[in-house]
Amino acid sequence: MPVKVENLTHVYMKDSVFEHVAIDNISFEIQDGEFIGIIGHTGSGKSTLIQHLNGLLKPSSGKVFIDGSELGSKDVQMKKIRQKVGLVFQYPEYQLFEETVYKDVAFGPRNLGLSEDEVEGRVRKAIELVGLDFDSISNVSPFELSGGQKRRVAIAGVLAMEPKVLILDEPAAGLDPKGRDEILRGFKTLHEKQKITVVLVSHSMEDIANLVDKVLVMNKGKIAFFDTPRNVFREAETLEKIGLGVPQVTYLVKMLRERGFDLADCINIDEAKNELLKLFKR
Amino acid sequence: MIKAENVRFEYSTQSGGISLALDDININISKGEFVAILGHNGSGKSTLAKHFNALLLPGVGTVYVKGMDTKDESLLWNIRQTAGMVFQNPDNQIVATIVEEDVAFGPENLGIPPAEIRERVDNSIKTVDMIEYAKHSPHLLSGGQKQRVAIAGIIAMKPECIILDEPTALLDPIGRREVLNTIMKLNEEEGITIVLITHYMDEAIKAGRIYVMKNGKIIMEGKPKEVFKEVETVKNAGLDVPQVTELSHRLSREGLTLPPDILTVEEMVVELCRLK
Repeated sequence: MPVKVENLTHVYMKDSVFEHVAIDNISFEIQDGEFIGIIGHTGSGKSTLIQHLNGLLKPSSGKVFIDGSELGSKDVQMKKIRQKVGLVFQYPEYQLFEETVYKDVAFGPRNLGLSEDEVEGRVRKAIELVGLDFDSISNVSPFELSGGQKRRVAIAGVLAMEPKVLILDEPAAGLDPKGRDEILRGFKTLHEKQKITVVLVSHSMEDIANLVDKVLVMNKGKIAFFDTPRNVFREAETLEKIGLGVPQVTYLVKMLRERGFDLADCINIDEAKNELLKLFKR
Repeated sequence: MIKAENVRFEYSTQSGGISLALDDININISKGEFVAILGHNGSGKSTLAKHFNALLLPGVGTVYVKGMDTKDESLLWNIRQTAGMVFQNPDNQIVATIVEEDVAFGPENLGIPPAEIRERVDNSIKTVDMIEYAKHSPHLLSGGQKQRVAIAGIIAMKPECIILDEPTALLDPIGRREVLNTIMKLNEEEGITIVLITHYMDEAIKAGRIYVMKNGKIIMEGKPKEVFKEVETVKNAGLDVPQVTELSHRLSREGLTLPPDILTVEEMVVELCRLK
C-alpha cells in the first residue's frame, strides 16, 4: 500500500507557551490508485498532515510509511520518497523561476540526472497532461502566461517527476470557474489514465463531491470522518459544526425531504436532476 | 460615486506586444450601492478595480471618483482616501505587529490627532468584530481574521467607498462567511459603497447589481436575478451559476415549470413545493 499513517501526532513549538497540537494521534491508509479528498477548516491540520506525507515535516510521534518504507528511518532515502510523492503547494505559480516554460518544467527531471532525451520526453508529456500545447508554449517565458496557465506549468513541473502519489493543496484557489473545472478535470483524467494516487485538499464541497472516491475530514487535528462523499455529506449538521458544509444540491434535497418529498441522497446536480425528474414525471 | 467613461487600458507584454486589458468600459456606481464585478481570469476586472483608486490611470477615457478625475495628481490623496482598496492576500497588507497598531497605520499617515486615531481604531476594530484580538499579533490569526483586520485598517481612514479584489479567494468557508458578513454590514449599516470583485457566485448574489466582464469588455449588467438567469451567457464568460440555478435550468429544459431566476436553496424549495 502506498501511504500508511500510524498514530501520527505533530506538536508545534513543543514545551513553549505557544505549544500547539496540530495533529492528534491519527491513523489511516490510502490504497494504490485512490482519489482522496481532504477537507477541514483553517487550522484543522490539513497542511500539517500533507507535509508529513513526503517528509517535509517529521512526526512528533507516530509513523508514516510510503510503499512500506518508514519515513525518517536510516535506510530510507528521502530523495527517493520525494520523487514518489509529489506535493503541489498552494499558489505553485509563485515558484516558477526559469526563463522558459520548458526549462522550468525540466528543472526537476534534470536534477534526477536523466539524459536530455529522457528529460525532453518527460517535459513534453507533463505539459500535455496539464492540457497545454508543448510546441507553442515551451519557449515562452512563464511570466507572460495567464494565471491559469502559470498554475498548469507549475503543476507540470511536479508531474515531470512522475510521482506515484500526487498531493495537491487547493490547486484551484483563485482560478475562475472555467479554469477550476478544467484543471480539476485534468487531475481526474490523469488519475484514470496514469493510475496514480491523488490527494486533493479543497475548500469546495462541490468539487469534492464530483471528484473523489473517499474524503478525509479533519477537525482539531483529528479525523472526523474518512468515508465516501455520499456517506460523509449525509452528516450535514456535524460538518457545519466543524466549519464545513455540504454541496448546495445536498442541502436542497435534505430540505425537500423534510417537507415530505421522497428523494434519495444527492451530492451533485445530475443526481438531483434525475431524482427530481423521477418524482415529477411519474 | 465611481464613474468610468470610455475607459481603455493597454499593457505592453515582455515580448513587445500590446494587450488590451480594458476595452471601452462605461460604469456608473452610485453612492451606497453594493456592486459585484465578475469575470474570468484575465478579463480585466482587477485592472478595472485599480482604476477606481488611481493605482492605474486610463490610457483613453476618464475615471471619476466622487467627481474627482483620477488623472489629476493634486487630488490623488483625496481619491485614495475616498476609495479604499482591499486585496486578495491579507499577508501582503498587514504592516504592524499588533492588530490595533496595524489599523492605526492609515489614520496616522493622514495626520489625524492621536485622540481621534484612538477612537477611529476602536470603532473600526469593533465594526469587523475583532475587539478581543485588538492586542494580538496579526500573524497568529486565521485568514478570515487577518482579512477583517485589513478591512478595519481601511475603514479607519473613513472611506466612502471600499473596493475589494477577491478578498475571500484564500479563505476557508467560515473565513469567507465572516468577511462577506462584514462587507454587507459596512454597506447596510455604515452606508459605504462596496465594489466586490469575486469568483464566488454565492457572494455575487448578495450584491445589488452585477457587472460581468469578458476579454476587457462589460458583457452583462443587472440585478443578480437578471444576470444569472442567462445561464448560457454566464457560462460562456467562463463563470458559473449557483448549483440550484443550474438545476432549475436543467429541469426546465426537461419540461418542469420553474422560474428562470432561482438563486437560493430556499427559493428552489418553495418552487418545488408549489409544483408538487
